[in-house]
Amino acid sequence: MPGIDEPDYDSGVVKKFMYVNRKAPFGTIYALEVLEMVLISAAFEQDVHLAFVDDGVYQIKKGQDTKGIGMKSFLPTYRALEGYDIEKLYVEKESLEERGLTADDLVVPVEVIDRAAMAELIDSMDVVLSG
Amino acid sequence: MLHTVNKSPFERNALDACLARAVKGSAILLYEDAVYAATKGASTAQRVGQAAKDHKVYVLGPDLLARGFNEGQVLDGITVVDYDGFVDLVAELGTVNAWL
Repeated sequence: MPGIDEPDYDSGVVKKFMYVNRKAPFGTIYALEVLEMVLISAAFEQDVHLAFVDDGVYQIKKGQDTKGIGMKSFLPTYRALEGYDIEKLYVEKESLEERGLTADDLVVPVEVIDRAAMAELIDSMDVVLSG
Repeated sequence: MLHTVNKSPFERNALDACLARAVKGSAILLYEDAVYAATKGASTAQRVGQAAKDHKVYVLGPDLLARGFNEGQVLDGITVVDYDGFVDLVAELGTVNAWL
């Protein structure tokens, strides 16, 4: 029987989390760090959403071959998110267009939404973490 | 002179700062996140394509491939180089101006 002062980890509070990815994948550490946070929140069974806006859309661009730069590709991790029940991925239409990309250029299934819809979606969250 | 740019043109103004001040005929190498500026279809394509008429513009191949783009997706007039090519440019052109 748990002691009276032990925190209740099974209280079932589920918050709407959103991770807003705004950086390209290799020039800075932000993309990788956000991905680490996403995996942690999955372990806590929260309602996780991922948004890709601005240069963040480049994170999930198909065909990344990092052999030549001696860095690890984290595309396999994005593909594995489904296995952690993280399937709410949103990409901003305007960000794709500005970069000459379409949803077909991306490694994972996403919902493409416009900037106004993205703004509303972000506004509906309980916790927003950006990188 | 060799000008180098390594920041995304969508996030920083390093590319524009470079293009505004690189004299005609000087060389420009795009590497790391600046390789996005060398890709077809990006909103920067016209600006960079124009720059390629006044400058010898190069892009670093390994950084391009790491980001999911191949040589066929590079704007016309831009030359893809590898690390050895980067070194050759530095050795040949002498002064490097890094627009960080």
